Amino acid sequence: MENLAELAKIELSPEEKKGILKDMEGILEYVKVIEKVEVENSATPEHGPRNVWREDEIADREFSKESILSQFPDSQDGFLKVKKIL
Amino acid sequence: MIDLKNLTIEKAHQMMKKGELTSVELVSTCLQNIKEKNKELNIFLEVFDDALDQAKKADETIKSGKGTKLTGIPIAIKDNMLITGKKTSSASKMLKNYVATYDAFVIKKLKGDGAVLIGRTNMDEFAMGSSTENSAYGPVRNPIDPSRVPGGSSGGSAAAVAANMALGALGSDTGSSIRQPASLCGVVGMKPTYSAVSRSGIMAMASSLDQVGSIAKTSEDAKIIFNCISGKDEMDSTSVNFLDFKVTPNKKIIGVPRDFLKEGVDPEVLHNFEKSLEKLKKVGYQIKDIVMPHLQYSLPVYYIIMPAEVSTNLARLDGMRYGLRKDGDNVFDTFKKSRSAGFGPETRRRMILGAYVLSHGYYDAYYNKARKLRRAIENEFKKIFEDVDFVVTPTAPTPAFKFGEKKDPLAMYLCDIFTTPANIAGLPAISIPSGFSSSGLPFGFQFNGPLFSDDSLFKIGKKFEEIKGM
Repeated sequence: MENLAELAKIELSPEEKKGILKDMEGILEYVKVIEKVEVENSATPEHGPRNVWREDEIADREFSKESILSQFPDSQDGFLKVKKIL
Repeated sequence: MIDLKNLTIEKAHQMMKKGELTSVELVSTCLQNIKEKNKELNIFLEVFDDALDQAKKADETIKSGKGTKLTGIPIAIKDNMLITGKKTSSASKMLKNYVATYDAFVIKKLKGDGAVLIGRTNMDEFAMGSSTENSAYGPVRNPIDPSRVPGGSSGGSAAAVAANMALGALGSDTGSSIRQPASLCGVVGMKPTYSAVSRSGIMAMASSLDQVGSIAKTSEDAKIIFNCISGKDEMDSTSVNFLDFKVTPNKKIIGVPRDFLKEGVDPEVLHNFEKSLEKLKKVGYQIKDIVMPHLQYSLPVYYIIMPAEVSTNLARLDGMRYGLRKDGDNVFDTFKKSRSAGFGPETRRRMILGAYVLSHGYYDAYYNKARKLRRAIENEFKKIFEDVDFVVTPTAPTPAFKFGEKKDPLAMYLCDIFTTPANIAGLPAISIPSGFSSSGLPFGFQFNGPLFSDDSLFKIGKKFEEIKGM
């Protein structure tokens, strides 16, 4: 559970850890039924993957730099401000 | 005084065209209704202060003869759809003060038709839940019985239509979130074919399952909204032009997966379902029992694929670029502190579950196996649709339940048993009100159709509404 909380970048209290562990046991027990089902690797269905790539092109967007800047929790001189990473 | 209870979008449009009603009058009546009842029902998180200005503009458009069916019609918007300059929070503390920087595709479409966006509706946080009890702003109360849940996650949108606070609403549906609340509130809810409606500007929950659709009083009204919001959008790479793929099943055969209905269904729900089948039979539909052995795995498959995608999609909410930031000692500590302060219990549970099914050592057993089974379910539907037009089930296994009744997460997940197959297979599905329980709670009847049979679902829905009283 600690490892999963680390992967999900969430802090959990000891009680919450216990609660989630119990919930997960129930949920995993339920979804486990799929383990026993035999399935073949069947063909791609009609609405399967298709190529949607395109060339990069410069186009106008309706949102402004200012509107996005205004949503930053912290900024300086038009840059997003975060804690030191390295 | 306008009789909102019996006023449909279709009727309101006709009246406004003839000059018997103005959008300002209509919107004012809805606003008055909201003012009187929202405190108790907690349906709207915000009522837009420019709703009447939008209505005035719509009235001018109608007067000039340029209106469409949605011009001047008040529509409620689920709180996970971006509207430029308005708050959009997904009913989460994480995005409490987030202001959208652009319009979602569906919002652009509604604005283009001159619809009046009346406010944003309450929901389960990030669309995760079947009761709205996961909203960070308190649950919505069911207008039919305020001691009960409205269903979820689009509980606010369904309740807004049921409580006559808007003539229609937008919801999003990842596993049940349009159809189940529509069923529990006694209105029509429609999840379109995956890719028929663009999700650009909709807060992503599980991207391979998410779809935007309409909630309204009638199938015809739901269709009017669908016609407006569907269409190809280059900002959603899955989106296609619906009309290029349209299919019209016409065998007049309806399939019933009996084995699937055996367990955990309220006897009154089953009785109502059987009665609905009889009515369909009387008007010339053949009812055929069908066997779909993989259908029962839809919900377990859903509860693997969905949390996996949730844990990926919600990784972007890290307190860096928008939303809540709680400073920690370093950048990773800030991620953790922000996410812990911003996300509610169910959201955390699903992110942890998602991290688990995607983690090394479990990926093949859970996620990959679920993907294979998903393919098998898709193919099973494809094969069945060679024999039948629609596959029908009750929309939900029980009518609206009481607050706090489903504390165990698995019990809540089982509410979605009949609705997840459509998301797993990408199919369109519609829930139509089909009567009331002995205690006056609404039931819903669900039609699942082949890919791109959306128009046919509206049509059979309309037929069903005509014979409902039989």
